[in-house]
Amino acid sequence: MSRIGRVFERLRADGRTGLVTFVTAGDPDMERSAAILRTLDGAGADVLEVGIPFSDPLADGPVIQRASERALAAGATLASSLDVVARVRPQIGAAVVVFSYANPVLAMGLEDFVRRAADAGVDGVLVLDLPIEEADELRDALVPAGIDPIFLLSPTTTDLRLRRAAALGRGFLYGISRLGVTGQRDAVAAGARALAERIRGVTDLPIALGFGISRPEHVAEVGRWADAAVVGSGLVDTIARASDGPDLEAVVDRYVRWLKGEDRERR
Amino acid sequence: MDNAAESTLPVFGRRDPDGRGYFGAYGGRFVPETLVEPVEALERAYFEARRDPAFAARLAELLKCYVGRPTPVWEARRLTADVGGARLFLKREDLAHTGAHKINNALGQALLAVRMGKTRVVAETGAGQHGVATATACALLGLRCDIYMGTEDMRRQALNVFRMNLLGASVTGVDGGSRTLKDAINEAMRDWVTNVEDTYYLLGSVLGPHPYPLMVREFQAVIGREAREQFMALAGGLPDAVVACVGGGSNALGIFDGFVDDEAVRLVGVEAGGEAIAAGRHAARFATGAAGVLQGTRSYVLQDADGNIEGTHSISAGLDYAAVGPEHAWLRDLGRAEYTHVSDAEALDAFKRLGRLEGILPALESAHAVAYACRLAPQLGAGRTLLVNLSGRGDKDVETIRGGEAG
Repeated sequence: MSRIGRVFERLRADGRTGLVTFVTAGDPDMERSAAILRTLDGAGADVLEVGIPFSDPLADGPVIQRASERALAAGATLASSLDVVARVRPQIGAAVVVFSYANPVLAMGLEDFVRRAADAGVDGVLVLDLPIEEADELRDALVPAGIDPIFLLSPTTTDLRLRRAAALGRGFLYGISRLGVTGQRDAVAAGARALAERIRGVTDLPIALGFGISRPEHVAEVGRWADAAVVGSGLVDTIARASDGPDLEAVVDRYVRWLKGEDRERR
Repeated sequence: MDNAAESTLPVFGRRDPDGRGYFGAYGGRFVPETLVEPVEALERAYFEARRDPAFAARLAELLKCYVGRPTPVWEARRLTADVGGARLFLKREDLAHTGAHKINNALGQALLAVRMGKTRVVAETGAGQHGVATATACALLGLRCDIYMGTEDMRRQALNVFRMNLLGASVTGVDGGSRTLKDAINEAMRDWVTNVEDTYYLLGSVLGPHPYPLMVREFQAVIGREAREQFMALAGGLPDAVVACVGGGSNALGIFDGFVDDEAVRLVGVEAGGEAIAAGRHAARFATGAAGVLQGTRSYVLQDADGNIEGTHSISAGLDYAAVGPEHAWLRDLGRAEYTHVSDAEALDAFKRLGRLEGILPALESAHAVAYACRLAPQLGAGRTLLVNLSGRGDKDVETIRGGEAG
């Protein structure tokens, strides 16, 4: 069983809602990205999504767009992002999922990418603009390398495609709880539960729900229908606000513990 | 001049990509999951519409009575005399309503939007011609219209921003990235993914996920159908070469489509050579680009070694884009079309030359095609013929040119 599989198995055994965190690699720079990943793991995140910065992140809202721009300006690339994963991998227990747009992966070459990701200890790969219809080649390269291909599902995904994604995906399925781009919202989308239930209806694969989740009450609510909640923009925004200060790691640690309901105040 | 209206009638399904939307190795559907179903629904609706004679008839009526088609083919005799060599003919898309070929596609897709029950349209625009055409079609058909435009392009094309506002559209400036067409497409797609239920994305070129490259080409193919018939009537045979500028490449595919089966006719696409063929200073994708995925489709893309999209430059906002339509990449692989580029300076010279000699101010985009035609005509030599797609008129560029002269 893959590391991702073991993480979700333990979550289910403990009856606990998992926390999947997204950060953009190289924001504000690779050195601090390494520290942030270690901090997230230490604070109890179960799966670390490592976003690869890209010049044209068309599925992302302003918070992650800006993070991508900062990371690129600081010189981050897919290769240096995989290097940072390789560096922190021995120091962390969480599973690591690389989250990228297609072009950086294609520019590196699928074979090269999969080999370097496997060497770095990457556990899963999600490519945002490779829907299942375009993902065959990547999937066929990832699976023999022991890396889980992760697929996104949306409220607009038809039942037929839900079943196909469930058959082709490994590790977990990532449900997009609302239409639109990434970003923080006041409340969990009304359609989130329906999507989780539709996915549950076709597969036993673990489900992580994301998009618009940034507060502990969101995480708790999502936990009623899904195995894990994904927090992205809220964390990226927290990092952006604290990145100039001396206590970036402490701020990240507090945010994660707050999300998990361990700290009552965000402070 | 024989400008028979028969050729204005739409013809569909002549050269479809494969079932997954690929032209050879290019095309496809590289979209975030939320857009997969809307794009499939669009494909179903489009395929259904193009089988419906009432849809074709309605579009033909609009093209004839509203756009003013067929647009004529004009033999540029004074330009020919000045350049020397092959006779030069211009397909006058600049005379279409709103001043460019963009209206052909905007009306086709806006009719489709109405047919799909959508009440709101979003679109991107570079030079502003597609934005104006979309705002026009939406005004005519009673659709709400939101246009995204890079702030750099809004500066370059202030007149078109004002025109869109007059037509009842709202224009939102996009400040991200290079603040040009690419960034406007990102923002339009973000809007679409958020509002898919009531919103139609009216993409302006042969770009994006399937079925857009096919659909836009089929709506623009009227240019080539008319031009072939008109040219035959005027010159008594086929042209030796057909030349068109290529940004995304919709006007080029539109005119090429009429001649693609005539193997003897050279098809030449002209990209923006900008200031120099160096990273960030041009938009000649076939000169230095590589296959990649951008904004929903696999094609030639200007990118760095890490797969990030390179900045582009062109004097003409409509050619200032990092990728080219997938069908162009395929036609190039097949050896059926050839691609070259001309610089900002050459385009500017051609703009002025056409004004002085023919009394026609072309769009700076179209001036790229004119510039290359002026290079090619002496090479082809006397007794040969050359057809240029004059895709738009240059009123929108007068301010830019005056600014450049002053500066």
